[in-house]
Amino acid sequence: MKLYDGGKILVGLLVFVAFATFPFYNNIGKVNAKPEPKFDTPAILQMPEQERKCVESKEFMRTEHMQLLNNWRDSVVRDGYRRYTSETSGKNFNMSLQNECMRCHSNKKKFCDECHNYMAVKPYCWDCHIAPKEDDRS
Amino acid sequence: MSIDRRQFLKIAGISSLLGIGATAASATHNVWIKGINPPQVEPEQAALRAAHWAMVVDMSKFKTEEDFQKTISACHTTHNVPDFGNIKDEIKWIWKEAYENAFPHQDSPYMEEKIREIPFIVLCNHCENPACVRVCPTQATFKRKSDGIVMMDMHRCIGCRFCMAACPYGARSFNYRDPRPFIKNENKEYPTRTRGVVEKCTFCTERLAVGKLPACVEAAPQGGLIFGDLADKNSEVRKIVETRYTIRRKADLGTGPSVYYLIGGMEHA
Repeated sequence: MKLYDGGKILVGLLVFVAFATFPFYNNIGKVNAKPEPKFDTPAILQMPEQERKCVESKEFMRTEHMQLLNNWRDSVVRDGYRRYTSETSGKNFNMSLQNECMRCHSNKKKFCDECHNYMAVKPYCWDCHIAPKEDDRS
Repeated sequence: MSIDRRQFLKIAGISSLLGIGATAASATHNVWIKGINPPQVEPEQAALRAAHWAMVVDMSKFKTEEDFQKTISACHTTHNVPDFGNIKDEIKWIWKEAYENAFPHQDSPYMEEKIREIPFIVLCNHCENPACVRVCPTQATFKRKSDGIVMMDMHRCIGCRFCMAACPYGARSFNYRDPRPFIKNENKEYPTRTRGVVEKCTFCTERLAVGKLPACVEAAPQGGLIFGDLADKNSEVRKIVETRYTIRRKADLGTGPSVYYLIGGMEHA
């Protein structure tokens, strides 16, 4: 068997393989930075350690916050019910993303965007709701 | 075992008659997940409640241009209504309208000049039988059963503008452009809108929910806008509507507007 223009083909193949696998070997050894949402806003730090609790438990909020927000929205917009009593702490909350969630979590970039960017999800909350003012240092 | 189409339809038909399949289809709204139960939510205690919110507009109280501007801008700044600076893109929740346009069915060239020439304050009429709600394909606009307010759910609006075509009062505006850059002073406690949704007056549901009167009512000259429960026999609005002559915009269309206009008495004001 004879390979015509063997040299060119092999070099071309090599170049192609090197190019196609570039993303893989370029990232070898680099740990993909895990998202680390920050909870160090002034409003949260002001609270005593024991009272630093979200609407529901941390685990619940982590996995179900989108559902919770959906239900809050339906409740407020469609039924006019604005007060939510937490199942875990019994505390009352004003069901408002813009006025209640962001009152503590005023660091949208380090709190919301951190995970959303990592997961490549783009919730359209902030097309209408006004995000708290943040300096661009963070 | 395999079933053919005919058998499948028989089973589906019988089971839906028995109500087996129906629950799955109707459970699209208010699906509460584990950990959040409907009993956990309630209205604020301070909320103003009514069975039928209504407004009486006493035009005799609006004397100067400033009276109009104060009322309109109170609403528009509270709700982040953009000012595009051109009529084509204009967004309005409450605005001025000439008599002949506000009440085209009650117009005559020989009417008292005072009435014909003053502008009227107009806004969404929060109809008893709203045409916009009937045509909305996504139920983004809906009539609240509890108090009769015709509300907008911006999350659901797909921007089809059927409601704008249906509304006989022109009370609805469409965001043809991104409104954000055109809002002079953002009210940080109220959302803006995005491009591609329809908006209108909501009778300030967000203020009623915390026990405040609508922004326009507060800003209007004393007694210019009277807001209350039309279903309540002792309310001020009910008493005015019962004892004095009021008209409603295009009431002959059968929409049942909840905004009443006191006409006449301008000279005594």
